[in-house]
Amino acid sequence: MIKTDILIIGAGPTGLFAVFEAGLLQLRCHLIDALPQPGGQCAEIYPKKPIYDIPGFPEILAGELVDNLMEQIKPFQPGFTLGERAETVEKLEDGTFIVTTNKGTEHQAPVVAIAGGLGSFEPRKPMIPNLKQFEDKGVAYMIKEPEMYRNKRVLIAGGGDSALDWAIFLADVASEVTLVHRRNEFRGALDSVEKVQELKNLGKVNLITPAEVVGLEGNKYLEAVTVRKNSKASEDLRIEVDAFIPLFGLSPKLGPIADWGLEIEKNAIKVDNSLDYQTNIPGIYAIGDVNTYPGKLKLILCGFHEATLMCQSAYQRIHPDKKYVMKYTTVGGVTGFDGSKKEAPKAVVKAID
Amino acid sequence: MSDIKIKITDREGVLHEVDAPTDMNMNLMEVVRSYELAPEGTIGICGGMAMCASCQCYVQSDHELPEKSDDEEAMLSEAFFVKENSRLGCQIHITEELDGLEIELAPEEP
Repeated sequence: MIKTDILIIGAGPTGLFAVFEAGLLQLRCHLIDALPQPGGQCAEIYPKKPIYDIPGFPEILAGELVDNLMEQIKPFQPGFTLGERAETVEKLEDGTFIVTTNKGTEHQAPVVAIAGGLGSFEPRKPMIPNLKQFEDKGVAYMIKEPEMYRNKRVLIAGGGDSALDWAIFLADVASEVTLVHRRNEFRGALDSVEKVQELKNLGKVNLITPAEVVGLEGNKYLEAVTVRKNSKASEDLRIEVDAFIPLFGLSPKLGPIADWGLEIEKNAIKVDNSLDYQTNIPGIYAIGDVNTYPGKLKLILCGFHEATLMCQSAYQRIHPDKKYVMKYTTVGGVTGFDGSKKEAPKAVVKAID
Repeated sequence: MSDIKIKITDREGVLHEVDAPTDMNMNLMEVVRSYELAPEGTIGICGGMAMCASCQCYVQSDHELPEKSDDEEAMLSEAFFVKENSRLGCQIHITEELDGLEIELAPEEP
């Protein structure tokens, strides 16, 4: 069981900055995120896109902002449960919460802050009628253990970096690799495209474009797929495979949080913004893009503000007998849990005769 | 610069005729959002960077539209429910030339 003061669900910019504000109040944080790395949308969708409305940064790449936030919170030693999705919440008699992930990791904290942005990122699934029937029986939306595909016949669908990268990797692992894409052009890194071209020339990757997978067949496990070229059914190909891996990117969904008994409005969690961004369940807060209230703006800087106020309220909840006094970092500096201390240098004052 | 009229059929099949300003540097996705013609969280997920297809729409009138960028082409090549007249709303900027544009929102992705 992982225990902490504030359990933050979502490791995007808002969740990360909440670690800093909590740290100033000497509160420890642990973050859960469905993605394998921190940064949320900024890291997953647009790491190389510039952002122009972060105060003090005329221009900063989304990925750089995440790197800076990680550097800023390092003294507060946050814990991370990455690659797992917060699945259930249970409130104990002592008022603390137990949040369990889809992989069974349990976390306990007196305060839960949902900073889930647009939700957890889940694979975009192609519309093939019996797709669900073969999930985990030959169909997978991500590759966790490449060795599973050794000497197997694998068909990958998609035209982005993931599809190209895995086609390249599996060319040396699988017995057959087929890559199917709706266009002749790929939108991956140029060297990946060239590598796939080379593997195609060597006969190590079977490339079918423009085409798409339209059918799956098999008994208990997947046995073959139907590939349609140029939208012409007359050109359908039946390809025997052991695995079909559609890689069409990720799409955010609110996910299991929607079933936690929180008041939801317009796909977002309603909060009390006049006070502290608390939800209808005392002790559970929602900050950043995942929440809604009158006048809500989905901006990173608004998420930072909400994280700050949430932490003050969380402090009072955790320490009801202590009086909270707001402090400026310019005065008090930053004292990390790792023993580090940052503070303004003291001026040397000489006596004047 | 004045407002233009755009006809938008939402995902329920309801037709809306809306005024779209040409002086606010808006795109079609933002117009749809501003009139709340699709639930929040189901359109413009990537913020308008042609990195999701949540604002895909079918262009029904014969207006001359800006050519698709490589990013838009690539995104549409991976999107679902794509038709010949599919475009990403976030890539269509509102100009006076688009007065009378008619579009239909593509279904939400599964």
